[in-house]
Amino acid sequence: MESLRVINLGVEAGGRRILENVNLYIKEGQTFVLFGPNGSGKSSLLSAIIGNPHYRVVQGRITFKGEEITGLEADERVRRGIGIAFQNPPKIGGIKLIDLLRKCAKVAGLSEEEAEKRIEESAKFMGMEDMLERAVNDGFSGGEVKKSELLQLMILDPEFIMLDEPDSGVDLENIATVGRAIKKLLERDRDEKERKKSGLIITHTGHILEYVDADYGVVLFNGRISCIGDPYQILEQISKYGYEACIRKCVEEKSR
Amino acid sequence: MKKTAEGKDEFEMDPEISSIAERAKNVGIEFDSSRRAASFLQVDQEPRAYGWSEGIEVMSIKEAMDRYDWVKDYMWKIVCKDKDEYTKAIAEDFNGYFIRALPSCKVDVPVEACLYLKRVKTQKVYNLVIAEEGSELNIISGCTSHPSSAGMHLGVSEFFVKKGAKLTFTMIHNWQPDVEVRPRSGAVVEENGVLVSNYVLLSPVKYVESYPVAYLKKGAKASFTSIVVAHSGSTIELGNRAILGEKSSADIISRAICRGGRVVSKGYIRGEGKGCRGHLECRGLMLSDEGSILAIPELEAMNPEVDLSHEAAVGRIAEDEIFYLMARGLTRDEATSAIIRGFLDVEIKGLPEFLKREIDKAVEMASEDLM
Repeated sequence: MESLRVINLGVEAGGRRILENVNLYIKEGQTFVLFGPNGSGKSSLLSAIIGNPHYRVVQGRITFKGEEITGLEADERVRRGIGIAFQNPPKIGGIKLIDLLRKCAKVAGLSEEEAEKRIEESAKFMGMEDMLERAVNDGFSGGEVKKSELLQLMILDPEFIMLDEPDSGVDLENIATVGRAIKKLLERDRDEKERKKSGLIITHTGHILEYVDADYGVVLFNGRISCIGDPYQILEQISKYGYEACIRKCVEEKSR
Repeated sequence: MKKTAEGKDEFEMDPEISSIAERAKNVGIEFDSSRRAASFLQVDQEPRAYGWSEGIEVMSIKEAMDRYDWVKDYMWKIVCKDKDEYTKAIAEDFNGYFIRALPSCKVDVPVEACLYLKRVKTQKVYNLVIAEEGSELNIISGCTSHPSSAGMHLGVSEFFVKKGAKLTFTMIHNWQPDVEVRPRSGAVVEENGVLVSNYVLLSPVKYVESYPVAYLKKGAKASFTSIVVAHSGSTIELGNRAILGEKSSADIISRAICRGGRVVSKGYIRGEGKGCRGHLECRGLMLSDEGSILAIPELEAMNPEVDLSHEAAVGRIAEDEIFYLMARGLTRDEATSAIIRGFLDVEIKGLPEFLKREIDKAVEMASEDLM
């Protein structure tokens, strides 16, 4: 069953073309990793998929479970089962994390009782019990921001999950928690055949791959997808030779 | 509290009270003896008081002046009679409440006082509040007016918080678009006393002008929080002044929303005593292309050993915050409403839970209207 499809996508932001001819085909149960140097368009792709109005689709389309979602508002996409953990979410003064989680639970269609139960369990799982009464992202450390994003996704429980650098700025103590949460969200702790969740993870360092396995790696370069393959091989190539060499090798292999 | 033959509270039978109960609810006034320590109501110039808690005296100021010789020693000591034409008018003819907590008397349940503008052109009020040494007193003061009333509410209030006493005073206003309100208030907080003062105004009004002053003695603490919405046609000039003595501290926090009206949000802290601390926080949210918000925070240090600071921010709702909440499944309207609600949701230190509920209720109602 197909989950997310990006077809020939072109995206503009601030009057500048940011993505060109991007194609992705992600099936139910699959997790993709998105690599690419700074400014290659990784976050822009996630923004376009979630429906950030600042990123304008000028070409192509996006479908989710066979339905076109290109023109939908962000909240409508989320209600259909897409979720995102942002890299640098804004602080929302005056709204407590617990209140936002309750809103997420409502969106997920949980009863009040179920909501309280899931919030309690998930907060415990993330070690965030003491943060619930704080205003969202207000004075949170780097690791706390990432954990809060994942906690919100655990309540929403989306079918397709996008994670924008969930491992950046997370200290060693917290990276294991973050990894465990992602593994659970994407059902990587289950047998391959039982997995329904699919995902797209941006990682700069590849750290997260030590905790979560993935099926495919994709390299975005200058707004285009330049390489698709085994995520571990791609990561090895990038760390050894850099992005350009990795892409060259990829092109060579393709033309062979 | 006396009960009637039907088992009803005395004031439930009062026709004047039942006629205004509905509007009074919006300003935190319940006329419910199980949830209040005492109840005071003044319709125009006509006062009535019901009290049933030990250690708390609630009566009209005229009655207090008759009963106690010393009352006059407190009156007009902080607010000057000749300050302006309004204080002069009040000094000539007034009524109002007298609320006093006896020494060491601590009552959690709040005293409520309702000032109701019904028929007269000008309601003139003088209020005196005394929290005697070591006492704790909570007051909800709700001011409102009759539908379609037009006129002026002039009020002088003087607060005396004695050594080690704590007074929490929460004022919720709900006027009519043609009402002008000019309170003139002042407070003295003695050694190690605490004053928590909150002001909430979320409904349309013609004009509000209020800039009360508080004098803090050694080790005293005060916090002032105001939450206001300026609707189209409303002008709200509001602020607090605190004069800080040795080792005293004050926080002045304001949240203003502009929906087409004009807000002037003022604050002034003067550090006089050594080791005092003061902070001003003023935030404004523009929800309209009309109207304005002017923030004027002022700090004055009178010696080097003071710690005074302020922050002010005025702007619109950040688009990235709305989008963030939409990415959690909230619609644009839900996201906007949640952010406005959050903006108005000020954490008020030392505020008893039931008073917080009253403010929450008022804010909840207003947030829905703001959408």
